[in-house]
Amino acid sequence: MTMSTSAKLCLRWRGLLFSKTSTRLQCFQVQRCNSAASSASISSGLFLNHNLTTTHTRIKIKHQKCCYNNLTSKHLTTEAKEDKYKDLSRTDVIEYKPALSPRTDAFSVSEHVISLDLDVAEEYSALEEISDEEAAGISIPANIPPASNSLRDYVDKSETLTKLVQLGVHLWKLEQRPNVGSMLLRLDFNTDVAPRLLFLKQIGVENSRLGYIITHNPFILTADLDNLQARVNYLKSKKFSSETVASMVSRAPFLLSFSVKRLDNRLGFYQQQLKLSASNTRDIVARLPRLLCGSLEPVKENLKVCEIELGFKQNEIQHMVIAVPKVLTANKKKLTQIFDYLHNTMKVPHHLITKFPQVLNTKFLRLRERHLFLEYLEKAQYDPTLARYISLDRLVSLPDETFCTELALATLDDFYLFQKTL
Amino acid sequence: MRACANTQGVFCVYKPADVHWKLVRDTIETNLLKGVNATHPQPVPREVRFLVSSSDEPGAAKGLRVSPAAVPVLSKHPLVTGPEFQQIKVGVGHRLDTSSSGVLVLAVGNGNKTLNDLYNTRITRDYTLECEFGMATHDFSHTGRVLERSTYDHISEDKLERVTAMLEGANQKALRMYSTVDMGSQEAYEMAAKGLLGPDGKSAPILTGLRCIHFQPPKFTLEVQCLNETQKYLRKVVHEIGLELRSTAVCKGVRRTRDGLFTLQDALTRHHWSAADVMEAIYKYHSSKRNQKKILFPIRESTLETSGSRLTGTHQNKDAAAG
Repeated sequence: MTMSTSAKLCLRWRGLLFSKTSTRLQCFQVQRCNSAASSASISSGLFLNHNLTTTHTRIKIKHQKCCYNNLTSKHLTTEAKEDKYKDLSRTDVIEYKPALSPRTDAFSVSEHVISLDLDVAEEYSALEEISDEEAAGISIPANIPPASNSLRDYVDKSETLTKLVQLGVHLWKLEQRPNVGSMLLRLDFNTDVAPRLLFLKQIGVENSRLGYIITHNPFILTADLDNLQARVNYLKSKKFSSETVASMVSRAPFLLSFSVKRLDNRLGFYQQQLKLSASNTRDIVARLPRLLCGSLEPVKENLKVCEIELGFKQNEIQHMVIAVPKVLTANKKKLTQIFDYLHNTMKVPHHLITKFPQVLNTKFLRLRERHLFLEYLEKAQYDPTLARYISLDRLVSLPDETFCTELALATLDDFYLFQKTL
Repeated sequence: MRACANTQGVFCVYKPADVHWKLVRDTIETNLLKGVNATHPQPVPREVRFLVSSSDEPGAAKGLRVSPAAVPVLSKHPLVTGPEFQQIKVGVGHRLDTSSSGVLVLAVGNGNKTLNDLYNTRITRDYTLECEFGMATHDFSHTGRVLERSTYDHISEDKLERVTAMLEGANQKALRMYSTVDMGSQEAYEMAAKGLLGPDGKSAPILTGLRCIHFQPPKFTLEVQCLNETQKYLRKVVHEIGLELRSTAVCKGVRRTRDGLFTLQDALTRHHWSAADVMEAIYKYHSSKRNQKKILFPIRESTLETSGSRLTGTHQNKDAAAG
C-alpha cells in the first residue's frame, strides 16, 4: 500500500490537503468505524464529520475542505480505477457539507467500499517500485489539526495566511479575537483578498499601510466591493480629495466599514452642532478621521461639558475644535481635571485657554510638575500683558531639556530633583 | 523564559501623587517588555522544501526536476507567534495609597523572592508629612469634607515639640510591649541596648521616631520613622496632634523618603521608567549588595531571616546615630 509513509519526496503543495491515498484511508477507516465513538479516531489527515465543538476560538476549516475536495476529485479522474473513485469522491463531497449527521453518512459510504477494499489491498504493495513521476504524484496528507486555538498550525499551508504575513498583518493579535481566525482561513486569496487589496491601492493607500489596516479591521476583506466603492464615491462627492480619502482610510481602518448613511449622519452632525463651514468640517475630519468612526454620544457629552461645566462660549469651542479636534474625543474626567488645574490653581483665564487649546490635550502630571517647578522658581507668570510671560503652548509642548534651559533657566537635574520633592 | 541577570532584581521608583500604585507597576512592566522584546529578535528558522517541476519541453529528459528551496517557516514568524515575552513578573513592596507620593520598591523576576523576605522583616520607613493647622476633615487630608475649623494662634513650636515627644514616648512603650521578649530579663536589656526590640510580623503601627522639622503656623512639617504603618494611620496621627494642641490639623501630603535601604537618591522619576534605566538601577542594587556583604557584621539573632537581619542591624544603628 503506497500509503503516506512511503512517499519518497517532500512535496510543496500549496494548500492541497487531500490526496488519493488519504481518500483511500478514509474508506478503510470509515469501514472500521463501528460505533459512533470511534469517528474521532479517523486519521489526522481527514477533517471529518466531527461534531466540532463551537468554542469561539476554534477554527473550522470545513468549507475549505469542500473546495479541496473538488481538486482531489479532478486529480482522481486520472487514476486507473476512475469510476469507483469518482463515486467515492462525490460521496465524500456530499459528506463534508452537513456536519449534523456524520455517522449515518459514514455508514452509507462503507457499504460501497467493502467490495473494493480487498482489491485495492492487493494492487499496491509497499515494496513495489514506481517511477519518479508517480512518486512525485503521491501527496502526503498535511499534518494539520482539525481545530486549533492558533493560526500558527495553518499558516505554512494556507496561501491566504502566508500572503497576509508577507503583507505585515499581525496574525497573533487577530487570532485572539473570536471568529476572526476562522474567517481568515476560509478566505481565498485570489477571489476574496486580492480584489480588495487592489481596491485599496486604487484609492491611493500605500503598500506599507495595508498590513496595519487589515490588522485593525480584518472584516474589510469580507466587505462587499460595491459598498466600498459607494462609500468612497460619497466621500469624494463631499469634496474630499483623493489623497485626503487615502490618508483617512490609512489612519482609520474602520472608515469604509460604515454605511453611507452613517457617514452622512456624522458629517451632518459635526457641521450643525459646531456650526462650522463645510471646508472647516472637512478639515477636522481629514485630520482626525476617527471622528467619523466612533459613536456620537461621547462627543455630545464632551460638548455639553465644555459649554456648561467649563463655561466656554460657542465661538470659543468652535475655535478650540478647529485647532485641536482631539478635544471632541478626549476623556471627560481628564478634560475637567486639566481645566480645573489650569483655571483654579494656575489662574489662567478662559480666553488664554482658548488661544492655546493644545494645553487641554496634555498629560495632567506633566502640566503639574512643570507649573510647580516654575512656581518654586517664581517664574510662573502666564499673563501676556505682564513681563517675563510664559506661553501655555511652550509650557506643555517643549521637551524637558528645552523647557529647563529656556523657560525655567535651570538644569535638567534640578528638575528631576525637584520632582522628588513633590 | 530565559532570564538575563540585569532583569532580575530589586529597584525603587518615585511614585507621583494621585497615581494608583498599580498603574506605576503596569507602566514599568510594559516598558520592560518593550525593552526585552526589542533586544531579542529571533531570526525566522528556514526549512528546505523541494519544488517539483515536470519538464514540458519537447526533447528534454523525461524525468522530474526537483529543486530545493530554503523557505522560512512562517509558523515561527514573529507576526504569527507574537512577541517572545508577553509577561514579566513585577512585584510591589510596601504599597503607597493614591494620594501619597514617594519611594516605592519594585522587584522583577527572581527579585520577588528577595522582596518577600524584605517585606517580612522589621525594617522601618521614613516619611515626611506636610500638615496644616486650622481644619479637621473626615479623612484627615486637605481634600476631605471639612468637619471643624479652629484657631491656632496659641500654638507655639515649644508646645508642638512637647506633644511630639509625648507621642514618641508612647510609641516606644508600644514597641517594647509588642516585642516577644520578657521585659524583666537580661536578654531584653541587651537587645534594647542594640536596638533590636520590636514586633515580629504584623502588629499595630508603631512610630519609632517623630519630630518636627519645620514650623510656620499654620503650616508645619513632621518627619516620621515607622513600622507596619499605613498612610491613613499617619494622617490620623497628624489629626491627633492637632487635637492634643487644642486645635485641629490636617495632612496635606504624605511623602515616603526611605523604604528600608532604598532612599530618594536611588528612586527613578517618571522620566526614567524606560527599560534601560530600570536595568541600570537593578545593576546598581546588585553591586551595592556585593559591597555590603563585605562590610556588615554578623548578628546573633537567629529568628530573623539573614538578609533582613543585616538590613535591620545597619538600620537601627543609623537610627540610633541620628537620634
